[in-house]
Amino acid sequence: MSTPVDITKTHVVHQWKYDAPLIACRFAPDGLQVAASSEDNTVQLWKVPGGEKQVLKGHDSWVHALCYTQDGQQLVSGGCDGRLIWWSAKAESPAEIRRIDAHAGWIRAIAVSPDGSTLASVGNDKLVKLWNVATGELLGQMEGHERHIYSVLFHPDGSKLISGDLLGKIHVWSVAERKLERTIDATPLYEPNKGQAAEYGGVRTLALSLSRGELIAGGTHKATNPFGAVHEPLLLRFGWEDGVLRKTHVCDGVPGGMLWRAQWLEDGTAIGVSGGSTGGILLFFNDTQEKDIHRTMLPSLARDMDVHLGSNSVATIHYDTHLRVSVLNA
Amino acid sequence: MSFAHYACGSKEHGINRRRFLQRTCSTAVAGTAVVGGLGSLTAGKAAEQLKSQDMRVVVFNMHGGLSQLESWDPKPGTRTGGPCRSIPTSVPGIHISDLLPNTAKQMHHLCLLRGVNTAEDDHGKGAYMMLTGRRQSAAADYPQIGAVSAKMLNDESKGLPGHIVVAPSGGGGRGNESAYLGPKYSSVALSGSTPPPHTLKPDGISDQAEVRRHEMRRRINQEFLNRKRTAITDAYTHSYEQALRLMERRDVFDISKEPAADLDRYGKHDFGRQCLMARRLVENGVSFVQVTHSNYDTHNDNFNFHIEQLGEFDQGFSTFVNDIAERGMLDKTLIVVLSEFGRTPNINLYYGRDHWSKAWSIVMAGGKVARGAVYGATNAEGTEVTDGQVDHGALFHTYLQAVGVDSNQSIAVDGRELPIADPSVQPVWKVLT
Repeated sequence: MSTPVDITKTHVVHQWKYDAPLIACRFAPDGLQVAASSEDNTVQLWKVPGGEKQVLKGHDSWVHALCYTQDGQQLVSGGCDGRLIWWSAKAESPAEIRRIDAHAGWIRAIAVSPDGSTLASVGNDKLVKLWNVATGELLGQMEGHERHIYSVLFHPDGSKLISGDLLGKIHVWSVAERKLERTIDATPLYEPNKGQAAEYGGVRTLALSLSRGELIAGGTHKATNPFGAVHEPLLLRFGWEDGVLRKTHVCDGVPGGMLWRAQWLEDGTAIGVSGGSTGGILLFFNDTQEKDIHRTMLPSLARDMDVHLGSNSVATIHYDTHLRVSVLNA
Repeated sequence: MSFAHYACGSKEHGINRRRFLQRTCSTAVAGTAVVGGLGSLTAGKAAEQLKSQDMRVVVFNMHGGLSQLESWDPKPGTRTGGPCRSIPTSVPGIHISDLLPNTAKQMHHLCLLRGVNTAEDDHGKGAYMMLTGRRQSAAADYPQIGAVSAKMLNDESKGLPGHIVVAPSGGGGRGNESAYLGPKYSSVALSGSTPPPHTLKPDGISDQAEVRRHEMRRRINQEFLNRKRTAITDAYTHSYEQALRLMERRDVFDISKEPAADLDRYGKHDFGRQCLMARRLVENGVSFVQVTHSNYDTHNDNFNFHIEQLGEFDQGFSTFVNDIAERGMLDKTLIVVLSEFGRTPNINLYYGRDHWSKAWSIVMAGGKVARGAVYGATNAEGTEVTDGQVDHGALFHTYLQAVGVDSNQSIAVDGRELPIADPSVQPVWKVLT
């Protein structure tokens, strides 16, 4: 049994250095492996707690999307080359199992359904695609986003798929009918800047808590100078059933930050990782306060995180080429 | 040709002697010595012949600093390459970024110059250098390529401005872009897809009244000019006459006159409309058009912003090049894609690229420029020029030579011969046919 969570005691327990800046990471379901991707187009598998790594080569571009299959035996990676690759992540010598040219342009996010049968992928081609995890067969695709899609997740019962895009639109799809059911308005995350002739922001992360009946969506706001990395992290808390915005979580004193990922802890606390000119920060939120209730500074600018609830650990990856594992207690 | 009667008595210049001395005589002192014996480009048959050739220049100014690695000189699979890949083009062996799939199909018309080193990482100074061919100094000011093109190439009898800047926010005619050539050659600004503002005759004024108003204006002007005439008064007079001609040819600036299918092909965004406007303008005889595409100053989130921006650029630019070629205008139309500088090979912690002038790229096409060619190269990670290094001065010469202007000649200003381009450098002859 893991030590209870005490977010105020959060601290780094492991850090391992790679050869290039890191981009994304995910814990294996058993918490004994972390997959990370980097600017040299590779994916690495890191053993926890030993830190031994294996490097997987197969993409021709960066990988922003990583996801383990439900049994944890396979890892799927989605690249800016539009390619999905299945890897035998837990094999002694991990190897490529299957590759599919899945999207025209970048794949931004992927997710596996709760029953482990279906993989969802989204990308710059504005399509949501569904794949058979076991065979790689395309099961269907859904159109409806008008701009790049940044995030995707399955509802815990597998019946719905939720995806968020640059414009701050969160679409809720019926998986069985392949149909758009409703749209949740997260436009505070969309930051058009007329002066710089730029569009910025978007729904960079989504997480759903059925026990709380809440959906969180994260990204950025106050992008007064998006080209200069001047923008602040923002987390929106919606009622899941009614789609109504319940709380807007802001982070004072973080003038350069983007909430790259947000997740739920078991006690209903939301955790997010911010990276930007203010540095790398783990931010914690509850439903009573608009501002973060706690923050833990990380040693370097972070770009992604993944929480392993079983061990109350958080993996973060960093520009300084390090993968770090923190624990959420003393 | 009628001789002007200036207060100072000279007959052909764009500025009076005092202002000329203030602005430009110190050029020689500053180090760019005027070579003696240069012939004047603006006098005589040669100048008239040049103007009769209907040569045009269209500059696409990628404001903020386009990344060469996401456009003309990709380095996929390297430490500096980023997530974008390279794709083959219509010319075997030449690859460009996968963010430019439509432009890749037009490569046989283009010439990539991958060895640009301008050694200036400041936006304003870099832009000045790329548009004037000279480094900015307090001692001298130089005309931009648009003003020089207007002076050298524009046939004023066609009644259209010779120097037009198209940008969503306008911006033409500001600063001292025509320098010693005088305000007559400064730009007319267009916002993109509509004619210049205030170019419709008010409904309450009849045609006869309009004629009488202008007759009165000309008579009063003439009475004043008989007593005191300077380049400035001439510029005022010219502006009024240009505005009048512009009103008469207002349709030239109205892209709604173009087929709806063309609007679709160019893209239903500002840049697409601006490219279509550029085509319409050069088809109607405007000698210089600058289209500004903004914004590429991507210190943060470089790749997403370049996907967004170059998606627009690729559609509008490739369609423009294709149309100019298909309509048989490429021999007479120089196309240049430039920025104030490129962007760092190093990818910073915000997925951004910063300013980088040591090794970057521009593109030329049309006129006498070699087609389907690459000149210059950078090393494996794009950090240094390894072959065919060129700078802003050489490029400025090359633009002019590409449209038949002898850039080693001079412009006569107030009786003095001023080198049209920096005499210390030469054109990039190898990209000219």
